[in-house]
Amino acid sequence: MKIGVCLKQVPGTTKVEVDPQTGVLKRDGVDAKLNPFDLYALETALRMKATVPDTSVCAVTMGPPQSEEIIREAYMTGADDGVILSDRRFAGSDVLATSWTLSQGLTLVGPFDLIICGKQTTDGDTAQVGAELAEFLGIPHLCNVTAIEELNEEFLTAVMDLPGHVQRVKVKLPCLITVEKGIFEPRLPSFRRKLATADRPIRRIGLDELPDREARHYGLDGSPTQVARIFPPESNQVRETWTGSGRELADRAFAWLKEHKFLQQEG
Amino acid sequence: MNDFNKLDAADMAFFQQLCGEKRAVPGATVNDDYCHDELAGIHRRPEILLQPATTDEVAAIMRYASAHRLPVTPRGQGTGLVGGAVPLYGGILLDLSGMNRILELDEANLTLTVESGVLLMDVIKFVEEKGLFYPPDPGEKSATIGGNINTNAGGMRAVKYGVTRDYVRGLEVVLADGRVIELGGKVVKTSSGYSLKDLLVGSEGTLGVVTKVILRLLPLPRRKLSLLVPFPTLDQAIDTVPQIVKSRTIPTAVEFMQREVILAAEQFLGRKFPDKSADAYLLLTFDGNSREEIEQSYHEVAEICLAAGAIDAFISNTEERNEAIWSARGAFLEAIKASTTELDECDVVVPRKNVGEFIRFTHQLQQKHGVRIRSFGHAGDGNLHVYVLRDQLAQADWEAKLTAVFAEMYAMARRLDGKVSGEHGIGYAKERYLSDSVGPDQLALMRGIKAVFDPAGILNPGKICAAESEV
Repeated sequence: MKIGVCLKQVPGTTKVEVDPQTGVLKRDGVDAKLNPFDLYALETALRMKATVPDTSVCAVTMGPPQSEEIIREAYMTGADDGVILSDRRFAGSDVLATSWTLSQGLTLVGPFDLIICGKQTTDGDTAQVGAELAEFLGIPHLCNVTAIEELNEEFLTAVMDLPGHVQRVKVKLPCLITVEKGIFEPRLPSFRRKLATADRPIRRIGLDELPDREARHYGLDGSPTQVARIFPPESNQVRETWTGSGRELADRAFAWLKEHKFLQQEG
Repeated sequence: MNDFNKLDAADMAFFQQLCGEKRAVPGATVNDDYCHDELAGIHRRPEILLQPATTDEVAAIMRYASAHRLPVTPRGQGTGLVGGAVPLYGGILLDLSGMNRILELDEANLTLTVESGVLLMDVIKFVEEKGLFYPPDPGEKSATIGGNINTNAGGMRAVKYGVTRDYVRGLEVVLADGRVIELGGKVVKTSSGYSLKDLLVGSEGTLGVVTKVILRLLPLPRRKLSLLVPFPTLDQAIDTVPQIVKSRTIPTAVEFMQREVILAAEQFLGRKFPDKSADAYLLLTFDGNSREEIEQSYHEVAEICLAAGAIDAFISNTEERNEAIWSARGAFLEAIKASTTELDECDVVVPRKNVGEFIRFTHQLQQKHGVRIRSFGHAGDGNLHVYVLRDQLAQADWEAKLTAVFAEMYAMARRLDGKVSGEHGIGYAKERYLSDSVGPDQLALMRGIKAVFDPAGILNPGKICAAESEV
């Protein structure tokens, strides 16, 4: 079985500031890291590799040349191959152009029986790339997967955590899943593997090698989304202090939580 | 036995006048939390709880207490583990946690001046937001800085950065009779007579009441990385530490942990640890300012570990990964507590090369006395935290076993050139072990010093080197 896992390099801190004038993320001097949600995708791939014989895991990313680092990191956890889709003409991609580029890259290096993505990224936060990618590839997809109950050469049985209900689905391969945080505890990169894979090549693919070589389908030109403005969300520190007996305070807290819809009574 | 006076109505009235009724709470209505600390199993109710807001108030309290022979026990947040802040003789419990203002950040001298009731976590947050660093790293972040100073708290970064004493530049201290003195200052060095400042650090409230502190800061290292190194056996893990310490790179921390403690932490936190394939682990951290610097440090140490038989070395280089490891490490004590009915702790420190021998000895004690013993600690600085667990033992049986196990452990620590406490202090609970350890000459000097600072013996009586340790 061949498993593809999609990874993205994101800013290394959650405290990225937005320039209030230009609305642009201040990325200068900020370290980059593997998208935290993708740790779960990678771990899921490695666990599946351990359960299904003759399985290989290929880590795929799209980004500037330095995002090679996260492929090296994937090697350090046990991924077998790595691919980086990198071309100046990919710059400025929105979710649609990103999904298209990934679908082209995965078609070129595939076919894959199973493609695993993280639920979302910590920088873009759209949670759309996984689903769009599956649509472009013409394969079924499951989102927000919290558990994989069975995987064999033909089908996958998994549990999806959907708003309002949990769904157990059996799906025919090939398919794509996006996994929830916590599906498995991600392993740490291994120093032994770091030494062992230091010379392992990473395949770098540019636009001209992809099946679709039409430049206007990629990068800014291929992105219908226009970002009008980025701004930090408003926050406030309004506090109120209540006094009273434990009983009174508990009743009041309960009433408040209910009123503000943090709690709802089960029918 | 000290002949202290009991507080009478006139004393109560004086203190209520001085501090106001809200900050002068009569003993009978004092919340039970003030009557004990986190571990020592000793419980005493003060006759009055005072919560001063200024140095002047502390001075007035001490003047009065001194004139009326009332015992005074200073207290921070009560997070101690040896009964140091428990008012053994009743009297006044002096809660300094309300004196919690950050007074001055001096960026030219890299010092921070705070009142002693400021919490460690607030110091850390305040300085790190400004790109500065207060290196001491005791596990209990909700302790006050005054409490840290009074126990000379250590923490995990001692391997590279030292302990609280190394970061105290100056102190404002109220003496037993109410005089206020300033020790040290913003100077980097001084050869000006006895260092009373260093004597006050670690004095557990027996020599004076620390009201203000000048802390020394460093620039905050930009990068951090942890290595989690699994070993087939604890012996191999611990025996690797001296090799790491003498290499050219200095980790900020070298902790050892065993699988059983990791499993307890997993259960306690309800979350998984990234690796538990091995019986024993070293957990190391590195800091530095460039990626190259930190890579070089950890590579060298990882190679040493592999050569010494480590199974692998796992790299933790992001917030999420560090969180997964360090949240477990931070929960060890609570997890061990939750796994038993009662426990007591031994916080000995031995020379680094003797850590392995000491830990092996605790394993023998476990067999010999039929009692569960768990340990983890700072392998890099020789400070061990060994916990004896009561489980289902009956009271008399528990007390007998605990006494026997502790006696053997402290005797062993002495044989290995160790000290009674690495970072938690002596307080009340470890007093007899201190007197065994330092011997009569040093004990006499300590008592002499105590008598100079506090001739009436009203400051935190019954602690460290009291003439009679039985209360």
